[in-house]
Amino acid sequence: METSISIRDLKIGYGTHTVIERLSLDIAVGEFLVLLGPSGCGKSTLLNTIAGFNEASEGEVWISGRNVTWEEPKDRGIGMVFQSYALYPHMTVRKNLSFGLRVAGVSKDEIASRVEKTAALLHLENLLERRPAQLSGGQRQRVAIGRALVREVSVFLFDEPLSNLDAKLRNELRVEIKKLHQQLGNTMIYVTHDQVEALTLADRIAVMRQGRIMQLGAPKEIYYRPANRYVAGFIGSPAMNFIDGEVTVGNGAPFFRSKDLLVDLSAYQFSAEPKPCPATLGFRPEHLVSGGAAAKLPTIPGIVSVVEPMGTDTVVWFDWSGENLSYRVMDDVALNPGDSIKPGLAIAKASLFGADGARL
Amino acid sequence: MSNHIRPNGPKPSRLTPERIGIYVFLIAAALFFLLPLFVMLATSLKTMDEVRLGQIFELPRQFDIGAWSTAWSGACQGIECVGVRSGFWNSVKITVPAVTLSVFLGALNGYALSFWRSSSSRILFALLMAGGLIPYQIFLYPLVRIMANLELYNSLAGIVLVHVIFGLPLVTLLFRNYFVNIPEELCRAARVDGAGFWRIFFEIMLPLSTPMIVVASLFQFTGIWNDFLLGLVFAGRDNLPMTVQLNNIVNTTMGERAYNVNMAATILTALVPLAIYFFSGRWFVRGIAAGAVKG
Repeated sequence: METSISIRDLKIGYGTHTVIERLSLDIAVGEFLVLLGPSGCGKSTLLNTIAGFNEASEGEVWISGRNVTWEEPKDRGIGMVFQSYALYPHMTVRKNLSFGLRVAGVSKDEIASRVEKTAALLHLENLLERRPAQLSGGQRQRVAIGRALVREVSVFLFDEPLSNLDAKLRNELRVEIKKLHQQLGNTMIYVTHDQVEALTLADRIAVMRQGRIMQLGAPKEIYYRPANRYVAGFIGSPAMNFIDGEVTVGNGAPFFRSKDLLVDLSAYQFSAEPKPCPATLGFRPEHLVSGGAAAKLPTIPGIVSVVEPMGTDTVVWFDWSGENLSYRVMDDVALNPGDSIKPGLAIAKASLFGADGARL
Repeated sequence: MSNHIRPNGPKPSRLTPERIGIYVFLIAAALFFLLPLFVMLATSLKTMDEVRLGQIFELPRQFDIGAWSTAWSGACQGIECVGVRSGFWNSVKITVPAVTLSVFLGALNGYALSFWRSSSSRILFALLMAGGLIPYQIFLYPLVRIMANLELYNSLAGIVLVHVIFGLPLVTLLFRNYFVNIPEELCRAARVDGAGFWRIFFEIMLPLSTPMIVVASLFQFTGIWNDFLLGLVFAGRDNLPMTVQLNNIVNTTMGERAYNVNMAATILTALVPLAIYFFSGRWFVRGIAAGAVKG
């Protein structure tokens, strides 16, 4: 695997405040990596350090085999797309696209042909003579993406590029960005706090919290096998259900016990030999099933409190011993608040976390 | 449903007593402040014979522009009788370079302080602001000594330099506050595009700050044109600005006071900033209101 970007023992801090503590990360050529986390987790700081706007306190940043830790942003071989688009308001789309090339001293013919090419790729041909103020939000962001593309660099950095758009446009542009990545095959690092963007776009996701990477892995792995309770709770909508209890081992078979609930864990894949300990059982709303599929599974009985029809599926909130749990039903159900339900738990898909939050 | 009116469409505007009161007050205030201007204009257009009658609120019986031409090219200051004409050109020679330089340097300062922050930029900004808050009369004597040592005292370059120095705090503050509202990402995007400190300034920031350039120029222009003290102290005999010459004319008495000439000379002196205010009002409001820079 050829590395495109390599972050080595990076530490970033302002004065006494440390934002990122010793972080290392290798990104393969052509990979789409998403940095995901809540605001203030250090993901934008990390991106800005890769881009060269922030100084690293310690450590190195390598891009395409060069140590660029001390290089200016322009010399790093990157293109960047910003949340606020950051288009030059007084220049036409054409001038916005060609500014960087003009600064770099690229010949006029070359500039013209590259601008045409980029404009065609992003369907901007008819907008070239307009100014940013005459464009819609989606168009502006496409121009901003074009400004990164026209530089013909190997690495693209996206800093929450879709956050300022409305939901519909966000979906459209998300698909466009994915298509673009498939077409161009450049390395892309994409910062977002939106888990849908992360899950749909990424080859790998780095879930960040307080300057540390909590889990780095493919979207499926992050979603289905969260490495710790934080990642489990952060990803998924509605959020994963958690039940606090303990793991017990009787007659060599592990069980999870909480209040009147006893769950046989023999179908659960432990990462180490199960030992009795306090634990949290986590399962997603779709890990509860009903009907024939529930026959052989442990059940969690409860009273329906709220029913949320979402279109393709329905989320049923129910009360089990004072805990508010969610249950996703794929087909239309005739459930009403107050009804008793008894869904089965597909324990093989669930997650168990120890007292320290790590996956068991 | 006899007298009942059903609300429908735009609400009818009504002239309430409060509204009338406000208009009466505003009109009265406007008239009050316009009165001196009227008296000046009327007096400047009268002959001395008419002025002597002492009816200052009367319109001139016949418009006589003799006082104006005297004020422009013949009024006496001391023993020289050349009017305010040379002062006008001196003022132009002082104001134009001083405004250009101070606005340019202030914009550069503001740009550097908002986009290229370093640990010392806060201190620098605080010092600059402190300089703007201290009354400049305090600086007069030390500055005279410094200028004398630099051999700039009593020279055009000297008075221009002094105006630039005293203008910098305000202009820097104006531009800094303007640039603070421009998203930093714009500067970052330009850096990725390969633009450096100067190119970002000239090709991105300056074109974006046209309204602020107009406002700052206006402030500086009126300030420097209307200045009396600094011109008197630093400009030297050959470069005295219009305001100083006006003062000399008004204070020169040989025989009777030529009130009509004095009034005309005063209006002439005030005419330039006044005209600039009138013609750039639109920009002025835009610059003051320019908070949101939407890309």
